[in-house]
Amino acid sequence: MNTMASLPISPESGPQAVLEILYRLKVRDAMSSPVITAEPGDGMREVQYRMRDNGITGVPIVEGGRLVGLVSMGTVIEALDAGRIEQKAGELMTRTVISLEDDMPLSFATTYFNRYKYRRFPVLDRDGSLVGIVCASDIIRALLVAMNKEVERLEEKLAAAAPVAEPVPDGQVRLSFQVTRFDFEHAGTASAAFKKALKGLGIEASIVRRAAVASYELELNEVIHSEGGGISCHVGDGRIEIVAEDRGPGIPNVESAMTEGFSTANEWIRSLGFGAGMGLPNARRVSDDFEIDSGPGRGTRVRVAIRY
Amino acid sequence: MRISELAPLLGLEVVQGEYSDRELSSGYASDLLSDVMANAKADGVLVTVQAHKNAIAVASLVGLAAIIVCNSRPMPEDMLEAAKTEGVALFRSAQSAFEISGRLWVALHRP
Repeated sequence: MNTMASLPISPESGPQAVLEILYRLKVRDAMSSPVITAEPGDGMREVQYRMRDNGITGVPIVEGGRLVGLVSMGTVIEALDAGRIEQKAGELMTRTVISLEDDMPLSFATTYFNRYKYRRFPVLDRDGSLVGIVCASDIIRALLVAMNKEVERLEEKLAAAAPVAEPVPDGQVRLSFQVTRFDFEHAGTASAAFKKALKGLGIEASIVRRAAVASYELELNEVIHSEGGGISCHVGDGRIEIVAEDRGPGIPNVESAMTEGFSTANEWIRSLGFGAGMGLPNARRVSDDFEIDSGPGRGTRVRVAIRY
Repeated sequence: MRISELAPLLGLEVVQGEYSDRELSSGYASDLLSDVMANAKADGVLVTVQAHKNAIAVASLVGLAAIIVCNSRPMPEDMLEAAKTEGVALFRSAQSAFEISGRLWVALHRP
């Protein structure tokens, strides 16, 4: 059989973001399921039809739910060539089948493609039952989807470094920033920019301080608790309005979240000095108006206003 | 009492010394950044063990003049850089937050 070109991706080297995808995704995330199979007693002709009708190039041979062999397009061609197409699949199938487990990281699959000559690998679950099959195109599809998401995330991170400027009337300011989950590196960037802009407008220091507190708390909440979102600041007509809107996962009980000392932050976040359960209460305390809208399974939107 | 008087008086190591020297308004001791945000005063000095960049971000937003990191906690390079950029004075002490706060209180309340 011809050795297929190896996948130009491996867990040994490459960008960190790609390696993380290879380790995060499981084989089950990429495999095709359910699998078209045949039994050892089925004729080779029947197996050939199954390939043709389903547009596939390999059929696992299963007996009592157990994988016992595999018939590939190559096996079929050899059978045709040798006039053995009327024989049983069980007689001609490849018996030494390399399989993957559904719980393995996808890195195993890419390594297998590069290590073995096979073009597809049956996937077994923990009990040894056949649950799927992986070919190169399955892996490529899964990787492309994951990499697209990753690139989107990186772009958002880049965008967070530069404020989005919008044309606004004189004497007004409108700034918005993207906020990325667990990005403690850039946490506070938006609030610092808001504070600078407010100072630049000559707003009284005590008012600027209140806006900075509200903004920082809302920004850090997005870093700590959300799946990412954005924060914006709009100043004009005697009002500073800060809106923080994220993509989820939402707050199950808003009343609890508004209670001083209530926190769902984990240990490592607390060790950084965050997650003391003071964020939302602090933001409300410094605001003239405070609105929060959230619920499980949707995003959280907090709008605060401070008059000056 | 001015920022520049802190180090000689309390025996502090100057970790980041680029700041505009000014009179200190007050002191605050806390390791919770939200608490610092809510209660520390502008031109004050913060006594803490939080030795990372986010402490500088909070100091800057609140307008703190200086941070004293206690218990000889090591400070990462990016914290020093952030402090330099923001002009926040950064000191380190081998003493605990309790010791430093006590001595600082006396110094700030000296007639």
